[in-house]
Amino acid sequence: MALLEIKDLTLRFGGLCAVNALSLEIEDGSIRSLIGPNGAGKTCVFNCLTGFYKPSEGEMLFQGTSLVNKKPHYITYLGLARTFQNLRLFKEMTVLENVMSGMHCRTNAAFLTTVLRTKGQKAEEKHIREVSEECLDFVGILDKKNYMARNLPYGDQRRVEWARALATQPKLLLLDEPAAGLNKDEKARLIKLMHRIRDERSITIFLIEHDMGLVMKISEKIFVIDYGVKIAEGTAQEVRDNPKVVEAYLGKEEEEESA
Amino acid sequence: MALHEILLQQLFNGLLIGSFYGLVAIGYSMVYGIIKLLNFAHGDIYMIGAFCGLIFLTIAAPVIGAGWPSLIVGLLISMTLVGLLGVVIQRVAYRPMLKAPRLSILITALAVSMILYNTVMILSAGRYRVFPAEVGTESFFIGTLRFTETRIILIVAAFTLMFILHMFITRTMYGKAMRAIALDRDTCQLMGIDVYKIIAITFFVGSALAAAAGIMAGVYYGTIHFFMGFLIGLKAFTAAVIGGIGIIPGAMLGGLLLGLLEAFGTQIPFIGTVWKDVFSFAFLILFLIFKPNGLLGRAESERM
Amino acid sequence: MAETKIKRKVTDTIDSVIITLFRIFDNKVYRYTFLFAAAAFLIVLPNLSSRFTQEIMTNLFFYVVVCLGLNIIVGYAGLLHLGYAAFFAVGAYTTGILSSRMGMDFWLTIPFSVFAAVLAGLAIGFPTLRLRGDYLAIVTLGFGEITRLTIRNLDITGGAVGLIGIQRPVLFGITLNQISHFYYMFFILAILAIFVSYRLHDSRMGRSWEYIREDEDAAAAMGINVTTSRLYAFVIGSSFGAVAGSFFAAKMTAISPDSFMFIHSVMFLMAVVLGGMGKIPGVVLGCIIVVLIPEISRDIGQYRLLIFAVMLLIIMLYRPQGIWPDRPTISAKE
Repeated sequence: MALLEIKDLTLRFGGLCAVNALSLEIEDGSIRSLIGPNGAGKTCVFNCLTGFYKPSEGEMLFQGTSLVNKKPHYITYLGLARTFQNLRLFKEMTVLENVMSGMHCRTNAAFLTTVLRTKGQKAEEKHIREVSEECLDFVGILDKKNYMARNLPYGDQRRVEWARALATQPKLLLLDEPAAGLNKDEKARLIKLMHRIRDERSITIFLIEHDMGLVMKISEKIFVIDYGVKIAEGTAQEVRDNPKVVEAYLGKEEEEESA
Repeated sequence: MALHEILLQQLFNGLLIGSFYGLVAIGYSMVYGIIKLLNFAHGDIYMIGAFCGLIFLTIAAPVIGAGWPSLIVGLLISMTLVGLLGVVIQRVAYRPMLKAPRLSILITALAVSMILYNTVMILSAGRYRVFPAEVGTESFFIGTLRFTETRIILIVAAFTLMFILHMFITRTMYGKAMRAIALDRDTCQLMGIDVYKIIAITFFVGSALAAAAGIMAGVYYGTIHFFMGFLIGLKAFTAAVIGGIGIIPGAMLGGLLLGLLEAFGTQIPFIGTVWKDVFSFAFLILFLIFKPNGLLGRAESERM
Repeated sequence: MAETKIKRKVTDTIDSVIITLFRIFDNKVYRYTFLFAAAAFLIVLPNLSSRFTQEIMTNLFFYVVVCLGLNIIVGYAGLLHLGYAAFFAVGAYTTGILSSRMGMDFWLTIPFSVFAAVLAGLAIGFPTLRLRGDYLAIVTLGFGEITRLTIRNLDITGGAVGLIGIQRPVLFGITLNQISHFYYMFFILAILAIFVSYRLHDSRMGRSWEYIREDEDAAAAMGINVTTSRLYAFVIGSSFGAVAGSFFAAKMTAISPDSFMFIHSVMFLMAVVLGGMGKIPGVVLGCIIVVLIPEISRDIGQYRLLIFAVMLLIIMLYRPQGIWPDRPTISAKE
């Protein structure tokens, strides 16, 4: 059974159809990409999956559980974590605190245990800290754990987002344009990191990307959408040769970065 | 009086009170629409308007009397002055806060409100003041319904102001710019619209209308008080929410509806006048919970 | 601009003084010595001072309890609450009614008062916390007025006159009826409130409020249930107010709706914001300002609120973090 299954997903805003009858499947342990020109509705798909938008029609099954009408926090609890296209760190908090947020849904200390600072609560706090540090170590910025998030360079901020998503202990990681704004070196490291995440932590990866080169290198299978409709699906080679994809990309000017 | 007569009388009362609410609600709604600020000080602007009218009438009475002509002059002068006060408040207190967190700007608005009413409290020694308008109190009857000339004039004046505002919003460039800024402030700035000027005009218009309502309330109730803005501020906010906050015709509609609701509410035996305000607030809370976008508002988006 | 320069100089001076203090207090020995000395001073104070001083200090402790409760809602969770006096009233009247009308022992009324506040907090919070943040301000304001008007209009609450004959608490066979008794009682409550606030802040729950305050969507995406978290803050904060209300009722033995006006909600909020939202020493400092300034110079009487309002505006415009500065970030350590 596929880890994630999207069937006829449709999202309308007023009269505008942002996503139109999209169907796709993501197998456990794979790396999949969703590409398409600007404004094709890629981020909308993610927002539906993570509960930020309510789809107008269609079904989304994660390990057989429907994600429709579920709140974002519950979807994260189920094992879907995401990063944001424009970084959404807690800027005024330290890097470590940022990553600790991911552990929230895996822990449960409440009012009384907190005030009494019971043994269980202390152990849990320690556990939160350890897991978070381990995640920071994994992405390679453990040495910066006490920095304010806003004081980090852009590339490191991205890594904090990754560590934060990993701390939620997901089964499926949704990455929204992970390579945006990175230089060539950083991109190479990013590819390595994605492979490590999949291989060492057995987390499935589904990403949206603009950078065709990166996508071609990393994903075993690619979905292409344009105007909310899936126009192609297959390996890098197949997609590249598909005339519809060529038309979608070359038929019009590439615009500047936008949602 | 027969039941239908009581109802008709209350209909008239409701429309009158409702038009005051509507005038104040417009300012709330306009400001919320353009900079997403709940201007807590708006009720106090209304109160300042009433006191401005009082001061003018006191000065003008020996010269031109305190009848309708001097009331109208007083109304226009007060509207201008209070409108300018609104602009100053906007410039000093709100403009530096436009990019600050929402909580900060709300607290700023609260501080402005307190500064206004405490200043007036000190100046007026905290007492009720008689509003010195000398207008006809003689009433006439249509059937068994009692009307006073004053009330008729007030309601006509309120509706005239609303009509002028409506024309201003729909027929002028300012109105168009105002609506554009409400949609996207940054883009407007890029398109060469002087955003701050439009925001200032919005405050001017909103404050002027509240001042007009304050003077009318002074004429209608006969006395004014430094704390009179608190309750009407809350009620006008209710009215703005009922109509759909940010939507100007909605504010007018909401004001009238709330006025009617209260007028008829007092006729329900269980509620009566004692529970009138509780009734209004409960209505506000229920409305916020079940229809937060108001009667004329569209669902904001499909976001959950 | 000379004005800005002066402003910056003043701010910098305040900051450098307090940051120096921070440095000193980073040393555990100094910190505990200071806290111990302060506690010792406050414990012996009633023996050294007049009734009047004790009365003011009791009022200060009372403010600390109430404002720390409000701080959980406004400072920690970032929810503007304009009707906090209502929760304080819920506590006071629960104790008042149970004690004066049913003769219940004071200590037994406290669980009821907390329970009532939790219920009221849930009733208001549950439907409204999912709404836009600024609507909550209005809902709480409306709720505050509804509560006051209801208390005024009902028979069981004694209407506009209020309740009289609330029994004094008895502790270890001593009836607490001296000002020094209440001084110690509120002193202990204030210490407790500080302790609970401190532990909450440094916990999973406290962090979740901070995440939500910083970025609601990102917090939700990290698996934090935004509504539930806020509801917790709302209910815990309300319970603080209710407990303070119960003790207030016992101290006064008579309560009336006039003690729970909008202006009281505003004064509590003022103390929280002036000192520095979300920071425990800041809130205590805010309470000291709000309670002591009017006492120190009695003749400012009618100007009191105006002065506070102007201070509030200036703080919001020039120093939104409050008088107490944020902890310098460089010294963040284990």
